[in-house]
Amino acid sequence: MTLLLPVLTERFWTAAGMIAAIILCSSTGEVLTAAAMKSIGDLDEIRAHSGMKGAIRAVITCPLFFAGVSFLALAFFSLLFALNHLNLSLVAPASASLTLVTNAIGGKIFLKENVDHRRWTAAVLVCIGVYFLAH
Amino acid sequence: MILGLVSLCAPLGDTCLSRGMTTLPPITLAHPFSLIAAVFTPWIALGIAMLFGFFASYLTALSWADLTYVLPATAFGNVIVALFARFFLHEAVSWQRWFGVVLITVGVGFVAQGPSFTERPTPAALVEGEPQAEEQLL
Repeated sequence: MTLLLPVLTERFWTAAGMIAAIILCSSTGEVLTAAAMKSIGDLDEIRAHSGMKGAIRAVITCPLFFAGVSFLALAFFSLLFALNHLNLSLVAPASASLTLVTNAIGGKIFLKENVDHRRWTAAVLVCIGVYFLAH
Repeated sequence: MILGLVSLCAPLGDTCLSRGMTTLPPITLAHPFSLIAAVFTPWIALGIAMLFGFFASYLTALSWADLTYVLPATAFGNVIVALFARFFLHEAVSWQRWFGVVLITVGVGFVAQGPSFTERPTPAALVEGEPQAEEQLL
């Protein structure tokens, strides 16, 4: 029993590390992409003014957008790596639901969004809801 | 409408990818190029088109709404999948999943009641000495 404990602990921390990597990369990617889209402005207005080509040009010439997409790609590969070692029933709900909370924190700190009690409640309810839905 | 497209395209895209990949024989690391061939099969191609539509609508939504508004609102896609599974595919949906559906619906209802965008005072408004603008900035 005492011999099993370190093995279980190591497994636990390995799983936690993999899920944390997905959440960190995903949240960083989402926050950077959101910051990029805010700096570009309303895409509907740009499309009405400069057409679809103008809207696409505005997005693909923004360095923040590519930084965001790079982190989202890292999150995708972290997910694939985690799925190779852990069960889908653990990785999918844990990463999907916890990302909502970390995004709310990232939105408040880095994007200076007005995350009031309504949005916190929504993030927590959706987080728990996604967890139950995945079971 | 944009948020509706985000909610619909993501789960439908994932479903198409899942259906496409399960019909293919197992792909090993010894033959990685078979993944490229998989892209051109009808279900995978449809799934990629759906996910492309999801990303375009998601970026459009982020250009006029806050991230903390868009993400919970788009989680409604999970509810659509559960309803689709129960009433179209006639799958058995456990009480835990119905509980999850209710929680997400209530959460989306909460966030939808508030403003979608955090208003920020313009520098011009601050120069003119609008007290409300200074309060918002603080």
